[in-house]
Amino acid sequence: MDHAIWAEGLVKHFGETKALDGVDLAVRTGTVLGLLGPNGAGKTTTVRVLATLLRPDAGRATVNGFDVVSDAHRVRQLIGLTGQYASVDETLTGTENLLLIGRLLGMPRAQARQRAKELLAQFELTEAASRATKTYSGGMRRRLDLAASLVGQPPLLYLDEPTTGLDPRARVELWELIRRLVAGGTTVLLTTQYLDEADVLADEIMVIDHGRVIAAGTPDELKAKTGSQTLAVRPADDSQLPLVASVVGELACATPDVKGHLVTAQVTDPRVLPAVVRRLDDAGVVVTELALRTSSLNEVFLTLTGHPAGEPGGERDEQTDRPRAGERHTERSPA
Amino acid sequence: MTAITTTAPATPELSPRVSPLDGVRQSLTLAWRTIVQVRHNPWELGDFSFQPIMFVLLFTFVFGGAIAGDWQDYLQFMLPGMITMNMLFVTMYVAQGLNLDLTKGVFDRLRSLPIARWAPLAGRIAADQVKQAWSIVLVLGVGLILGFRIGTDLAQLLGAVLLLLVFALAFSWVSVLVGVVARDPERVQIFGFTALFPVTFVSNVFVPAESMPGWLQAFVNINPVSILSDACRALMLGDKTVGTPWHVASAGPPVLQSLLWAAVIVAIFAPLSVWAFKRKI
Repeated sequence: MDHAIWAEGLVKHFGETKALDGVDLAVRTGTVLGLLGPNGAGKTTTVRVLATLLRPDAGRATVNGFDVVSDAHRVRQLIGLTGQYASVDETLTGTENLLLIGRLLGMPRAQARQRAKELLAQFELTEAASRATKTYSGGMRRRLDLAASLVGQPPLLYLDEPTTGLDPRARVELWELIRRLVAGGTTVLLTTQYLDEADVLADEIMVIDHGRVIAAGTPDELKAKTGSQTLAVRPADDSQLPLVASVVGELACATPDVKGHLVTAQVTDPRVLPAVVRRLDDAGVVVTELALRTSSLNEVFLTLTGHPAGEPGGERDEQTDRPRAGERHTERSPA
Repeated sequence: MTAITTTAPATPELSPRVSPLDGVRQSLTLAWRTIVQVRHNPWELGDFSFQPIMFVLLFTFVFGGAIAGDWQDYLQFMLPGMITMNMLFVTMYVAQGLNLDLTKGVFDRLRSLPIARWAPLAGRIAADQVKQAWSIVLVLGVGLILGFRIGTDLAQLLGAVLLLLVFALAFSWVSVLVGVVARDPERVQIFGFTALFPVTFVSNVFVPAESMPGWLQAFVNINPVSILSDACRALMLGDKTVGTPWHVASAGPPVLQSLLWAAVIVAIFAPLSVWAFKRKI
């Protein structure tokens, strides 16, 4: 199979911090790879290396067969970059931002103008086209960001946490846009902190932690491995916690996690929920909460690594060398 | 949202590197961007227009009489120096703009595009030269309205402007370094005040060096701000100042010394800036 992106043994240090610790990665042409991990896991650093913005300390990577270091200029002609840091100019209008990029890509003025108009219409930004970007809402900005990375019609698109900070509606809208791009044949490398986002968009998911790939596969494979959903049960009577834990543990075939008054466990089989309800009912246990929900990234991490992913946002910024608070040594919560 | 026509999955013909001509074109496009920014935010124009006008008025009417005995004489002496000083402050806009691009992520987007590596920097500096020309004309214009009289010809006046622009270009490397090293745009401004103010004030811009204590004169006389001010005085006033303490006998030496200073600044700060820049990104 033809690989649009291929990387082997990428290593990158920032001072004392090892941001990438031997990342191997391959994205087949025309597919979406979701790079999933918490803040500071190395997602952004990986994208920056693959986008020629950062030179790896070791390892090599190619885009459509061109080396990202020695053939950077060719690589740049193939990629579009959008995300949390590759930003548009806030002081310019939407049109001007797209015009600027079109002109930089060598388009004649009329063509650049035409392309800007097209993209603004496609991304529902025509009305805001002549307003300064700093007046845009978060969702509009991300759409313009995405449009900006598409001016040159790149066959490869890097989306670095495209929906972080967006409200649910804007998020779903952006997903829809990305899906259409993929349907048009674009190869996408997507980074995200959200399992559901990777699940919805990606053909393949790689879970990354501490600069290393810790799991890879299709969303279904990964879910089968980690338990796609979490069962949560809260008994009305605390004294029944051990009983509930043992029932949940037995039926879910997983070690339940007891936190406060809540018992949780990863489940893969949808029949577990009714079975748990029956057993608890038989045992006369009254519950105040009983829910089956999509696993969070934290829960996936717990299953894959035995340690929680750490609270998003409270960690080291990938751009700086500040250490993440207690991340590497976080103990698993008592079960 | 209608159908998105975005991709041409077939690999287009790729060029191995940017031609210098394309690099120049890209720099001009990026300079255009900076000029458009000014159009959107005319207050920025005000930033580097009001302050010099205020300074000219303040020094002419508040201090002029006390320093030179007559504010009209003082205006003749001070204006060329004021233009020099203002030029240095305006170079800080390069630093601020660059810093903003770096901290806001615009630079990352630009660097991911297939453009010349030096184009973003060159574009910013080129745009800054336009701002420089504007502020020189502005201060000169205010001076002329107040009664500043040019004692030479148009060619020498244009020579002064050209010299100022050449020096500004050289000094841009200092502001590039500041822009790259500073953590945020506010710190750029702090640098402007804490470093540029002493350097410009401890010069012969506002008072002749002869009035200062000897140890200070030593510094003032080698300060490029003094030398450049003298060059501008000579090129703008010529023989008009004969008999005054600030008469510059000939434009030749200060002009050459200014150019020498410009070369020294480039030799030191260009490699330093490029090094800091590569380290940052």
